[in-house]
Amino acid sequence: MTTQNTLAISTPVAKPKAARKRRHKDDLSLRRQILLQLLCLAIAVTVLFPILWIVSMSLDTTNARPTGLNLIPNNPSLEAYKTVIARPTQNAVSFIQLALNSLLLAVLISALSVTIGVLAAYAFSRMHFRGREFLMIGILAVLMLPAIATLAPLYVLLNKVVIGGFNLRDSLFGVALAVLAGQLPFAIWNMKGYLDTIPRELEEAATMDGASRLQTFLRIILPLATPVIAVTAFFGFIAGWTEFYFSWQFLDHEQNFTLAMALNGMVGQYAGSTPWSSFAAFSILVALPVSVVYLFLQRYIISGLTLGGVKG
Amino acid sequence: MTAATAGVTGPPRRSLWRRTLNSRTAYTFLFPALLVMAVITFYPLVFQVWMSFTDYGLKNLKPTSPAPNFVGFNNYIRILNSDIVIPNFDFLRILTFNLFWAFTNVVIHVILGVAIAILLNVKGLKGRSIYRAIYILPVVIPPIIVATVWRNMFDPQYGAINQLINSTVGVIFKLPPFGLEWLTKPDPIINAYPLVLPLAFFALLAANTWLGWPLNSVVATGALQSIPGDLYEAAEMDGAGGWMKFRVVTLPHLRPAMLPYAIYGFVITFNLFYLSYFMSGGGPFGQTELLITTAYRLVNEQYLYGVAAAFAIFQFFILLALTLLTNRLAKTTASYDA
Repeated sequence: MTTQNTLAISTPVAKPKAARKRRHKDDLSLRRQILLQLLCLAIAVTVLFPILWIVSMSLDTTNARPTGLNLIPNNPSLEAYKTVIARPTQNAVSFIQLALNSLLLAVLISALSVTIGVLAAYAFSRMHFRGREFLMIGILAVLMLPAIATLAPLYVLLNKVVIGGFNLRDSLFGVALAVLAGQLPFAIWNMKGYLDTIPRELEEAATMDGASRLQTFLRIILPLATPVIAVTAFFGFIAGWTEFYFSWQFLDHEQNFTLAMALNGMVGQYAGSTPWSSFAAFSILVALPVSVVYLFLQRYIISGLTLGGVKG
Repeated sequence: MTAATAGVTGPPRRSLWRRTLNSRTAYTFLFPALLVMAVITFYPLVFQVWMSFTDYGLKNLKPTSPAPNFVGFNNYIRILNSDIVIPNFDFLRILTFNLFWAFTNVVIHVILGVAIAILLNVKGLKGRSIYRAIYILPVVIPPIIVATVWRNMFDPQYGAINQLINSTVGVIFKLPPFGLEWLTKPDPIINAYPLVLPLAFFALLAANTWLGWPLNSVVATGALQSIPGDLYEAAEMDGAGGWMKFRVVTLPHLRPAMLPYAIYGFVITFNLFYLSYFMSGGGPFGQTELLITTAYRLVNEQYLYGVAAAFAIFQFFILLALTLLTNRLAKTTASYDA
């Protein structure tokens, strides 16, 4: 019966009819097709509305404050992007500086969580050793905690690491360490789940040929684990790129500020002076790089999700 | 040869196990991760327990400053009694709100996610792949951007929501400009202490619904596509109609995929920082504050590091209880379908 699923949502109370006319499998009556199309379109409109609104606002430079709903901008121009790249905040710090700081944070977290994480994931996935269960439970317990839960001790402890004029707490490295504390358990767990699915026969064959543990890992496991490594690296990158609460708490000096911190200053209630077109352009500039990569990696991210992994 | 163990599936044999008790290789691989986690995760957690029994504050931050005073369980008692110098702090109300927030969101996400997955799975639907591509968009946008954009969407004067109402309903009925203060309207819609829901709650809910259902829909789609078609045919033979088939075939097959994801979603939503922090700022009068944003404010605005540490330990136990409870629920209800 072609309409089985539709009935479930459009008319949940439909009575079962024993003798219903059987249509061809892939057939859908015109009325039903139109009805479903309207429903799908309505959903698409709600999904697209905020995105269209922000894109339109970023291109519309006639108003500092939108006074009417315009999804098609008046006099579209890239003026707002130019303005915001030249001077994103009231401070002297440039967009490039903010972006470089965010990039440094993102790359540090991504690289560290993957390289350290994949080694541990391999050990957990393939080796039996004393204390394995204990360590895995330890990592799972940390995974459950939100990153902010260690904000106070990390702030106090990192603040104690002072070398000359350099305070680890007041640096992007300190922020990266704090974020890594939350990101590493996730990276280990995520990659372990994938490594578990790689058949062990391949390694056995390599071992027979006299390959060492490290060689098997580097030549066999790593290439096969590329999708999960890419996804985990990407999640680390997003965590750093959009990091807000540690940087907002830790960093004192403008030259270390990140894009997410600047964004905070642009949100309506705090900044009466930021034109909304600048806010819109800035949001898009921050979101675009990660959103585009996400779309490309989507297939891998989602396959990991539907495999029944703990983490998405 | 330690590598030999790698080939063993299932429980390792005794002799192999003994040979690999020499765990050197394993710990070589684990060393960097263990070192990093010991320093930046486990040590801070232990330090946090100690901090929670002190009055650690701004005065103790400098390397030269005196050690904090030991205050016993004072911080914990103060939190439970809502006796903290932070505006509108009420532990019971925040906890109730937080649970209600996570629960309503997950229920809405799962129902919408499944319904829309079923909609897109209807045979013969045109443009399916275009819709799928559009529906995934909220997932790919960083949550911090989603939160700041929705904050502006709900702006009473310049926000898109009020302007949308103005240019549709307002124009048709010739109403004066509509300026509802979604995020700051002070009198709550529902006021049944400890559950207090201001209008801002519904604005947050709308934003998080937009953000949350698409991934649920993706998970549901995966599960739907793994249901063998002959099950439906068999159900039909037995005279099952649409709703019946949904109940006896679709639902039991969705369950194993959706339930773990719903639990995961519950924990994620329970700890969702960005929407509360950026959209409503916890307001009005702290009514949309979550545990996680309160924890942040204790450190970031109040400099009460000792209290914040005690608060984090409460959070840990609440999350632990929730995890155990949801796992128990998942297990006990699973036996019906297994």
